[in-house]
Amino acid sequence: MLSARNLNKRFGSLVVAQDLSLELPPGVRYALIGPNGAGKTTLINLLTGMLAPDSGRIFLGGDEITGLKPEARVRQGLARTFQINTVFPQLTPLESVAIAVLERERHAHNWWRGLPAFAPAIDEAQAILERLRLAGVADRPTRELAYGQQRLLEIALALATRPRVLLLDEPAAGVPKDESAELFSVIAGLARELTILFIEHDMNVVFRFASRIIVMVGGRILLEGTPEEVRSDDRVREVYLGRAHARAA
Amino acid sequence: MEKGRAEVSYFRAQARWRPLELAFWAATLLPFVVTPSYLSLASQIAITALFALSLDLLLGYAGIVSLGHAAYFGFGAYSAGLLSKHYLGEPLTGLVVGAAAAGILGYVTSHVIVRFRHLALIMLTLGLGLLLAEAANSASALTGGADGLQGVKMSPLLGFKFDLYGRTAYAYSLAVLFCVFLVARRIIHSPFGLALRGIRENATRMPAIGAPVLAHLRKVYTIAAAMAGAAGALLTQTTSTVSLEVLSFGRSADVLVILILGGAGRLYGGIVGAIIYMVARDQFSGLNPQYWYFWIGLLLVAVVMFLPNGILGGLSALRKKPQ
Repeated sequence: MLSARNLNKRFGSLVVAQDLSLELPPGVRYALIGPNGAGKTTLINLLTGMLAPDSGRIFLGGDEITGLKPEARVRQGLARTFQINTVFPQLTPLESVAIAVLERERHAHNWWRGLPAFAPAIDEAQAILERLRLAGVADRPTRELAYGQQRLLEIALALATRPRVLLLDEPAAGVPKDESAELFSVIAGLARELTILFIEHDMNVVFRFASRIIVMVGGRILLEGTPEEVRSDDRVREVYLGRAHARAA
Repeated sequence: MEKGRAEVSYFRAQARWRPLELAFWAATLLPFVVTPSYLSLASQIAITALFALSLDLLLGYAGIVSLGHAAYFGFGAYSAGLLSKHYLGEPLTGLVVGAAAAGILGYVTSHVIVRFRHLALIMLTLGLGLLLAEAANSASALTGGADGLQGVKMSPLLGFKFDLYGRTAYAYSLAVLFCVFLVARRIIHSPFGLALRGIRENATRMPAIGAPVLAHLRKVYTIAAAMAGAAGALLTQTTSTVSLEVLSFGRSADVLVILILGGAGRLYGGIVGAIIYMVARDQFSGLNPQYWYFWIGLLLVAVVMFLPNGILGGLSALRKKPQ
């Protein structure tokens, strides 16, 4: 569904992505793991077009998207969430999600008709909020929402674009452990045909929810495989014991 | 089905006319009977309010800070003035031409302006304003330079002559203000208006939900420029002259002050700000003409310190508290 070929990115002498290639088939739940600074968020930024790669190509459903702007990639079905809540503080969740639905339906340019005329889009926004258990706070300003609810809104915003591939950058960042399991059960309940890649540090969560795992170290992909393969890989153990530097150098 | 209707009604309630609004617009007719000797001032206030309203679409809704908005006001003013001097004195045509000319200038300049934010944006708009002001100054053959554009002759408006008391002027300015206000009100309650608020709230997130941020910003900038141009054309037509002041930095700064005083992002902020500012200027400058900015300065400091959302923001907070 989503594939990247030989992505490279450097900032001056700092190599943040080195020859990254990956292939995400439809409907697979991927976890992207690796120590801090491994380049996980950079990879998401490259895939979504928020960073331009120095070289390499990206394909979505067979079409090349390497040269597309971020918003054009979203319209092709590639959505993401952010590690730090990137929401609209003064808008309500209903308004926020409605923006995404209206953009997808190509109504956002319309300045001559009132919002009530767009009932199907608004109903859909509400339905998405219900699915993420946010219906109760749908018309409160987002800044008044609990932190965990704002994490869910992150996902709701991405879902409203009706993605084929969803990239979740630490969806449970900052969420207490017990709540994080709940959050991931919401993610696990998303449509089966949706391809998901999520960054996560908690290995219990990773092994529970991922069908395949990508391990990144020092801007490179160290390994891609099933949870069992990753669990039993010596190199992965080394990385997580903190000997990454010796290898990366 | 019922549930869906409830959510749509949230947006319907947002866009509903409130009794206070209707009362406000009814009150704008009072100057005709209560202060008939101040209709010229009232007309100036309506024009300034329109100018502030156009800035509110940029600053209050899209989050674009501008210190050079007079560029479009002045461009509209000169366009309408030159049209009436050389070709046609019919006011409504002049109004449309002023708005269109400023809108075109807005569209052209928007391609540069919307790419920047924060300090760079302020400097860019400021620079653009200064550029246009000096261009008008040096092109004195066309604009009359520092002497102002002479020979602006207005035909009657739909049969009504522009009288000395400013009756026609105020009725005209108020009608245009109201019509443009209706458009602005429709915009902010439309999908486009909602997207603008999204950009103001979080410009990083918008592309990630599929929004073409720059295209949206170019569009609102063009619309706001056209509105400012309409305000400028009104000033030309109701005063039968154009001075370089219409393009001045002072005018750009004043309209920003007016909007901040009244409260940005609530449509009426610019109008209320214009009323307070213009009336205060009229009264204070009668007392001691040189120092009246002192009082405006004091008012501005007080409002920014104690009412960060402007006078209207403060009032609406007061109204909500007892409930």
